[in-house]
Amino acid sequence: MLVVLIRRLMQSVVVLLIMSVIVFVGVYAIGNPIDILINPEADIAEREAAVARLGLDRSLWEQYFRFLSGALQGDLGHSFVHNEPALTIILQRLPATLELAAGAMFLAILIGIPAGLIAGLKPHSRLGKGIMAGSILGFSLPTFWVGLMLIMVFAVYLGWLPASGRGDTVDVFGVPVSFLTPDGISHLFLPALNLALFKMSLVIRLTRAGTREVLLQDYVKFARAKGLSESRVIGVHVLKNILIPVVTILGLELGSVIAFAVVTETVFAWPGIGKLLIDSIALLDRPIVVAYLMLTVFMFILINLVVDILYSLLDPRVRLGEAKA
Amino acid sequence: MTTQALDPLTVPETPAAAAPPTPLQRFVSDFCESKLALFGLVLFLALIMAAVFAPWITPQDPYDLMQLDIMDGRLPPLSEGFAMTYYLGTDDQGRDMLSGIIYGLRTSLTVGAASTLIALLIGGGFGLMAAYFGGWTDTLIMRVVDLQLSFPAILIALILVAIMGQGVEKIVIALVAVQWAYYARTVRATALVERSKEYIQAATCLALSHPRIVFRHLMPNCVPPLIVVGTVQVAHAISLEATLSFLGVGLPITEPSLGLLIKNGFDYMLSGDYWISFFPGLVLLLTIVSINLVGDQLRDVLNPRLQK
Repeated sequence: MLVVLIRRLMQSVVVLLIMSVIVFVGVYAIGNPIDILINPEADIAEREAAVARLGLDRSLWEQYFRFLSGALQGDLGHSFVHNEPALTIILQRLPATLELAAGAMFLAILIGIPAGLIAGLKPHSRLGKGIMAGSILGFSLPTFWVGLMLIMVFAVYLGWLPASGRGDTVDVFGVPVSFLTPDGISHLFLPALNLALFKMSLVIRLTRAGTREVLLQDYVKFARAKGLSESRVIGVHVLKNILIPVVTILGLELGSVIAFAVVTETVFAWPGIGKLLIDSIALLDRPIVVAYLMLTVFMFILINLVVDILYSLLDPRVRLGEAKA
Repeated sequence: MTTQALDPLTVPETPAAAAPPTPLQRFVSDFCESKLALFGLVLFLALIMAAVFAPWITPQDPYDLMQLDIMDGRLPPLSEGFAMTYYLGTDDQGRDMLSGIIYGLRTSLTVGAASTLIALLIGGGFGLMAAYFGGWTDTLIMRVVDLQLSFPAILIALILVAIMGQGVEKIVIALVAVQWAYYARTVRATALVERSKEYIQAATCLALSHPRIVFRHLMPNCVPPLIVVGTVQVAHAISLEATLSFLGVGLPITEPSLGLLIKNGFDYMLSGDYWISFFPGLVLLLTIVSINLVGDQLRDVLNPRLQK
């Protein structure tokens, strides 16, 4: 087990290094780094001072190691626009994104599992077919388009829900959250639903496939033969067994929900890190862009690492296979 | 055996008594079994036609400023303008939405098709190499593929766009970089199976050159899964390009795609002028859905396991 752990950890570190080289070379070396890193409103003396301070007169390798050692100490650059460390700004915006992602996951499970169960139990009924058709649409429609339609219907025409912003927030342990105020909930619902649609389709498909498979198992037949009520058979015996893959996949998808939040946050003007990224690209605030990319990549590598380790803990075959390889 | 070109839309029922159907005939008749897929194909062909013949069928050249009248800005659908009827309304510049959409469709389809084709060639090439040579070539290529596929496509595209900036060719590069890994994986999986078959062994025994074996023997047999993945990926590429353009990090304003048109209308949507965003969105939706319908049916038809 230790061998696998160390091997996997080293792989992750290598991937992180590769990604840092790509982002570094991309942002700092392609194009003129002086234009990118120094405030364009600075005069010549300030520019030269900044070039020396940032070490832009040194070789590429030296610059990279400076960047890397800065990153390891939590220094990912300084925003031009906000005049604060990039990391601080991102961490301030992170709770909004995490709240949106959690809301989306919650909706995906809340709607996806019952819908998938119905589609799996009655695959040939109209409702079952309709749910499957809906899940195909959920897969193929672009997220931003669905977001626009939600705004058009629920915010503009029906006027039921607000179209942008976070609404009233309350502080929980110093972190502002929306979901505890009625106004915040009404602001959260549409973006969370928008972000949830793709995952919801995934959950529906997984649940449906799982249900159809589990229904044929002997223990389900036995539970029915024992005379258990249908709701107990489905609620306990079927549901428990299909939840395992669904939960695993959803854990893996958490990272991609945060990546896709870029789109939803832009559509609904949700003040999270995704909107920050798009605003920063538009404002040419490169340090924020670099910091966002490095943090997201880091998060992805971390999620993949945790999932892999959990897998090898749960499944001895993975462990043995990797130790031999 | 007759091998004349078949019109895919008016294919006759193959007579049972006559000669057995050629693979192409069987393919066409299998494909036409699903009315929905046929509908998707007709719709998709119509959209392509509209995009190709845009300069001849649009009532207005939306990028010729001489033809625009700012007084006609933000007119609702079916309004009578100064010189013409705006069937789908106008945008804030007084541009006919119908014309704008057809030109936007042109850009979207071109970018989607170009990036898919390039990605298919690059990814397919790497996949073939990985499967044919094996060993460290295989390991190296597939490690890169695995690494890339562990990140969502939109994140990779955002990284590349943030690095490279805007521009048609840069978006195409970003889309190619996102997509090639899917083709590499698909082709490798197919080619690995094909490589162990007798005809490749026979070709090797004849001491044919590597390129000849790869391109004349191995490659043609890896095409069917590639077609399926390719069709679905065109839809993905178009959707991703529209998303990037909507976010304002995609195509520049001089080459408006459907995504950019939607973005332009987004600001007016909250004040109730729905048509500036809605109609380009509808066309984008029809494009993506029609391609997916065709792709789904192709997958069923080309899947040897489902063949009768």
